[in-house]
Amino acid sequence: MTPLLDVRHVRKVYDGHGRTVEAIRDLSFSCAPGELVCIVGPSGAGKTTLLKCVAGLLAPTGGEVVLGDVRVDGPPPGMAVVFQEYGRSLFPWLTAWDNVALPLRQRRTPPGELRRLVDGALGEVGLADVHAAYPWQLSGGMQQRVAIARAIAYEPRILLMDEPFAAVDAQTRADLEDLTRSLWRRHAMTILFVTHDIDEAVYMGQRVVILSASPTVVLEDLAIDLPGERDQLATRSTPRFAELRARVYARIQQAKQRSTT
Amino acid sequence: MARLRQLALVLALPVALLALCWLLLADSTSFYAPPLRRILAAFGPTWAPRWASEDASSIALLVIGYAGAVVAGVGLGIPLGARPRLRAVFEPALELFRAIPPPALVPAVKLVFGWGPATNVLVIVSGAVWPVLLNTIEGVRAIDEVLADTCRCYGITGARRLYVLVLRAASPQIITGMRQALSIAIILMVISDMMVGSSGLGFTILEFQRGFSIPEMWSGILLLGGLGVVLSLVFRGFEAVALRWYHGLRRPQRGDA
Ligand SMILES: Nc1ncnc2c1ncn2[C@@H]1O[C@H](COP(=O)(O)OP(=O)(O)OP(=O)(O)O)[C@@H](O)[C@H]1O
Ligand SMILES: [Mg+2]
Repeated sequence: MTPLLDVRHVRKVYDGHGRTVEAIRDLSFSCAPGELVCIVGPSGAGKTTLLKCVAGLLAPTGGEVVLGDVRVDGPPPGMAVVFQEYGRSLFPWLTAWDNVALPLRQRRTPPGELRRLVDGALGEVGLADVHAAYPWQLSGGMQQRVAIARAIAYEPRILLMDEPFAAVDAQTRADLEDLTRSLWRRHAMTILFVTHDIDEAVYMGQRVVILSASPTVVLEDLAIDLPGERDQLATRSTPRFAELRARVYARIQQAKQRSTT
Repeated sequence: MARLRQLALVLALPVALLALCWLLLADSTSFYAPPLRRILAAFGPTWAPRWASEDASSIALLVIGYAGAVVAGVGLGIPLGARPRLRAVFEPALELFRAIPPPALVPAVKLVFGWGPATNVLVIVSGAVWPVLLNTIEGVRAIDEVLADTCRCYGITGARRLYVLVLRAASPQIITGMRQALSIAIILMVISDMMVGSSGLGFTILEFQRGFSIPEMWSGILLLGGLGVVLSLVFRGFEAVALRWYHGLRRPQRGDA
C-alpha cells in the first residue's frame, strides 16, 4: 500500500543566537493509511521537532515530508494535532464547546452539522456534560480530552499527538490511552503518536519507531504483533508485551552506551 | 453580603473625607474655601443650564479622543507586536514621542489646527494613545506559541484569527493600557479645554476662577471628580465582562468543574 505519510531523510538544525543545535540528524519512516504508529525516544530527542516538521509548522533543514502525494510546506488540511502542552493549546476565553467548534466554524460547516459534530465529539470523549465550562475550570485530563474532541470533530485524515498524556496521573493516562485507541478504531484515522514512555508506545502502537537520543536517527522500526483488542491489565501482563518492551528498552540503552563510549 | 461589605469598604474613605470637609468648612468665612453646603447649592444652578453645551461638548470630545486613541493604539500595536523587524524600526521613535508631555504639544497642535474641536481631540489622542499602543505591543508579542500553532494547524486565519486569537490573547494588556489611557484622556480633556477652548468644562471652571465665582469653581471641580468616578466605574464593568476568563484563569485552580 502507498503510505499516507512519508518522512524522508528529515534533518533539522536550530540555528540562532550563535548556537546551533542539531535536533534531528536523519529520520525516515512512513505510515500507511489507518495505521497507529508510535514514535518513542528519550526526552530531548527531537520528538516535538519532528512532529512540528510533519505538521508543517517548522520547515526541515533537509529532507522532506510527504502527505498523500503532496509535499508538506505548511499545515496541510485534514491534519489535526494534539499538543504536549494541552493547557496552552485550548483557548481560555472560549468554552469547551466553542473550542471544539472553532476549526469547524472556520471551515464554514453548516450549523446543524456543526452541532452534531461537536456534540458527538464531546460525547465520545466523555465530556457531554461540560459544554459550557471554560478550560481552566477543567482538570488536566479533561482539558486534554477537549483537545482530543477538537481533533476528532475536525475529522482529520491523520492525527498527530505529541506526548499527550505525559502530564496527567497514571489512572487518567490509562483511560486516555484506551480512549485514543477506541477512537482510532472507530474513526479509521491514521495516528502518529509520540511518547517518551516505552510501555505506552508498545501498548498503543501497531508499530513503534524507536529514536536515538540527539543527534537523532531511527534505531529501529518495530512491528507490534499484539492482538488488536488491548486491555490495560491483560495486555500488559502478557509475555509478548514484556518481550517487546524489553526489546525497545535494550535498543535505546544500547544506543546510549555506544554514544557515550 | 460580601458584595455589600466590599461596597462599604470602597465608599468608606470618600464618604468620611466629604463629611470631614463638610464639618471643617461648615462655618468657613474664607472667600476661597466656602462651606461645602454653598458649593453644593451652587451645583445645580451652575451646571443644569450648561449641561447641554459645556459638559456635553467636553464629554463628547473626550469620548471621541479616547476612542481614537484606543483604535489607533490597538491598530498600530497589533502589527508592531507581531513583527519584530517592524518593531525594531519603530520602537526608538515611539520612545521619543512618548517622552514628550502631551500638554507641551498643545501650542503646536493649536498652530496647525486652530481653535476648533479637532485640536482638543488631537491633544487627547496624542497623550492617551501611548499606554494603549505600548501595552498592545507587549500583549501581542506575548501570544502563546502553542495557541498560535493551534490556529495554524486548524487553518484559522484572517479576521477570525484576529478576533479569536490576537485580540483576545492580548486583551488583558490592552485593557490595562486602556485603563491608563482613560485617566490621561480625562486630564487632557480638562487641559485642552483650558488651553485651547472657548468652551467646555475646563474652560468654564477657569472662567469661574477668573471671575471669582468661587463656589461655582469648586462645584466644577466636584463635577470633574464625579465624572472621573463614573467613567472608571463604567470601565470596571466593561473589564469585568471582557476579562472574565482571565480573572477565572488566575484564580487558584479549583480542580474538577
Ligand atoms: N526553538 C528552538 N530553538 C533552538 N533549539 C531548540 C528549539 N526547540 C527545540 N530545540 C532543541 O532541540 C532539541 C530537541 O527538542 P524537542 O523539544 O524536539 O525534544 P523532545 O523530544 O520533544 O523532548 P521532550 O520529550 O522533553 O518533549 C533539544 O535539544 C532542544 O533544546
Ligand atoms: Mg516534546
